[in-house]
Amino acid sequence: MTLLSAPPRVVTVGAGLLDESLRAQAVPTVPVSWRPPLPGTARALVTVLADPRRQAANELAVRRLTSARPQLVRVRRASEVLDEDTFLHAGPPIEWERASGPMRGALIGAMLLEGRARDERAAERALAAGAVALRPCHEHGAVGPMAGVVSPSMWLFEVRDDEHGGTAYCSLNEGLGKVLRYGAYGPEVLERLRWMDEVLGPALAATLERTGPIDLRSLMAQALQMGDELHNRNRAATSLLLRELAPAVVEAAPDTAAQVLRFVNGNDHFFLNAAMAAAKVSTDAARDIPGSSLVVAMARNGTDFGVQVSGLGGRWFTGPAGVPDGLYLGAYGPGDANPDIGDSTITETSGLGGFAMAAAPAIVRFVGGEVADAVRATRSMYEITLAEHPAYQIPGLGFRGTPVGIDVTLVARTGLLPVVNTGIAGRVAGTGQVGAGLVKPPVEAFTAALLALADEISDPFDDQGPRTSSPQ
Amino acid sequence: MTRELVLVRRGAYHDSVTLMRISRALTEMPGVSAAMVAMATDLNLSVIRDLGFPAPEAGPGDLLIALRAEAPEAAVAEADRLLSTFQQPQTPAEQPPLTTRSALRTSADLVLVSVPGEYAFAEAHDAVQAGLPVMIFSDGVTVGQERWLKELAETKDVLVMGPDCGTAAIAGVGLGFANVLTPGPVGVVAASGTGAQQVTCLLDWAGTGVSHVLGVGGRDLSAEVGGLSTLRALRMLDDDPATELIVLISKPAAPEVARAVQEAPLRTPVVRALLREGGPDLTEATEQALRALKRPVPEWPAWPAWSGRTARHKAIKGLYSGGTLGTEAALVAGQGDFVDFGDDVYTRGRAHPMIDPTLRVEALSRAGDTEVVLMDVVLGHGADPDPAASLAHAVARTPATVVVALIGTEGDPQDLHRQAAAFREAGAAVFTSNAQAARHARSLL
Repeated sequence: MTLLSAPPRVVTVGAGLLDESLRAQAVPTVPVSWRPPLPGTARALVTVLADPRRQAANELAVRRLTSARPQLVRVRRASEVLDEDTFLHAGPPIEWERASGPMRGALIGAMLLEGRARDERAAERALAAGAVALRPCHEHGAVGPMAGVVSPSMWLFEVRDDEHGGTAYCSLNEGLGKVLRYGAYGPEVLERLRWMDEVLGPALAATLERTGPIDLRSLMAQALQMGDELHNRNRAATSLLLRELAPAVVEAAPDTAAQVLRFVNGNDHFFLNAAMAAAKVSTDAARDIPGSSLVVAMARNGTDFGVQVSGLGGRWFTGPAGVPDGLYLGAYGPGDANPDIGDSTITETSGLGGFAMAAAPAIVRFVGGEVADAVRATRSMYEITLAEHPAYQIPGLGFRGTPVGIDVTLVARTGLLPVVNTGIAGRVAGTGQVGAGLVKPPVEAFTAALLALADEISDPFDDQGPRTSSPQ
Repeated sequence: MTRELVLVRRGAYHDSVTLMRISRALTEMPGVSAAMVAMATDLNLSVIRDLGFPAPEAGPGDLLIALRAEAPEAAVAEADRLLSTFQQPQTPAEQPPLTTRSALRTSADLVLVSVPGEYAFAEAHDAVQAGLPVMIFSDGVTVGQERWLKELAETKDVLVMGPDCGTAAIAGVGLGFANVLTPGPVGVVAASGTGAQQVTCLLDWAGTGVSHVLGVGGRDLSAEVGGLSTLRALRMLDDDPATELIVLISKPAAPEVARAVQEAPLRTPVVRALLREGGPDLTEATEQALRALKRPVPEWPAWPAWSGRTARHKAIKGLYSGGTLGTEAALVAGQGDFVDFGDDVYTRGRAHPMIDPTLRVEALSRAGDTEVVLMDVVLGHGADPDPAASLAHAVARTPATVVVALIGTEGDPQDLHRQAAAFREAGAAVFTSNAQAARHARSLL
């Protein structure tokens, strides 16, 4: 069919009057609810959109992201992949001086756990003096929830992408409340971590040797259909994982199996860390494609919120981390909240978490809303993403794939920022978790990334503005 | 007691047409003596200064509300009510798409882009990338962007109409500023929207209808763009079974591009209208097309006024909303001072003069009694629903002698005959042929 063979159905963008005059002629239209792009991005947008590499680069990036097949292959000690004088942390790079309360608390806890300091004071002094190198998890193929601190004696999930061959790591989840990742380092925190080092880690390592790789892509697809969004709700996925593991745990560690299974069963978030490693290995598959404007990481260190873009290598683009808006535990309130922290936004980056909110009506009140808000949140994310995930689907939206593959040009054009679900850490080191909710990423991180993309491209038009030329 | 109120809403964007309608509605409220709701572009800031308001600190992304009224707060409340009414189009529970890319998840045949020119590239790019033809109504798109889009369109085998494409008609559907046309055998390829409107309105009057009107944008025949859209539009009409004859309305072209167009292998006969000294004007080109189709050439309707040639008349002042009509009139009249109010200098942040009469009403009030004002009034979908309502009043009050070129068809929603009568009663001479109007204006000197 050619354009001229029948009255056209028209998408209209701009003046409402022109849409109305089509409707007056009984022409079906789809009006775009257009707004000008974010301030200061108009020029860069045009340059980036006209980059001849971009279309193919983004298609490749998003295809790699959505075709990744994450498998849980091993549980191993961090010391096998990390040198002994390095601690990993969540988010973009940060030094001790700028670290927030919960980040400091978690680092102090790790110093105590590793036996590198006698007490809190000594730990602080050593950290301030640079006794260990602080590096972002993301730079070591890893992710960590909240403070995301990984020290050499901790155990990690190892997730392999069977499609593209990448590997990603994430620590084991300690549970909720007073835990290291929320910045707590009291005796009960360290005791639990030691038990994880001595009992949980070895038992799970032996278990996975028996089970062989566990297909996380299919497990997560099922969990989404059972009401998880895999960031703030992991109950279904944890249950599914437990079913996969339980017999092998009993065989591999008969003496500690009951403890191990009880611990996993008692923590609805146990699966989160596996989901994060799965998300990391998938987004890593989309990295380093020249010309691509796809976001491959969003991460916070409690001070800065950073994003990385496929076409811009390992560069971070940051803005101040915001304070989440949500519900608080007990007597805690917004005044106790630390700015946003953690690598768990890797779930949103890969089309889960806040992007899959519509799959998890059970937790919408927890993040302060109604079911309609959850549906709206997911629907709005289709506006800033390049694809719908072929495996991760939302039953309530007619099994539509989750919105996946954030494009910085679409963020700039729509002014819509990624919807991020998150836990809320206490501001003061040692407090632990104080609540959970939603957080708004800083817009400047995305505009800075867009401007950097434009900077790398020579002017695709070689002209200065309108009306530079007239017919001869 | 009249009070003034100037508000700035940071970052609240609304399109200029919506805002103009709201301004007009507020002005009609009792007790309101001045009202302007507009984006704070430099032009609009200068307009509110001219209206005697203090101009606030604001930029083009901010909404400006300026009121002089007995109860300005009530007018603000009404403005908010209207903004929310216009804001929510008839969209069901699904959220409306925010970009063209998103809208194209549903099936469509064409994208019509009319966002401000500096932002038009992204939307047009979405359309072409998705393999859809696009009509870019917006002006102010750079020639580099235009060439880029048209080169991409070559690889996708789709037509880019525009930028600055004011009108198109496809299989009976009028897009942009479009007259209601009887279906017929003539296809039009036009570098100019109002030029196409003139030709198709005359064809319609002659009882010979139109198959399609494809706009290509005023720069398509430049060396930079290379006539990509013109050549494609010609091929499309050549392949179209409904089209028996093509009228090509072009602007002066780069020689190698003109040659390429000349040599395009077409089975369908082509009549060319090229506005230049000594070339056939749009009316003559229409007459040639009629003769080529062996159809009678009628008298073009005109409603002359009582005023004739007087010693008082010293000069012609052209107040045009259509750039090509203004150019044609200037060529035919051979003298005078012509202003194109459709130029993007006048339309940045405000609606096109075919919708918003304000600037031309002002210009009429400034004209002197020694001047013959020659102006176009364009009817059809998208244009002012009743141009006589504001302009005829200004025509009646101006001391100048007024000649109107009324571009419209009997099918247009504004009622051609009623509009003609209103302008004639206001004292103007009214012609449906712009060239005849210009000749008449010259004869008055």
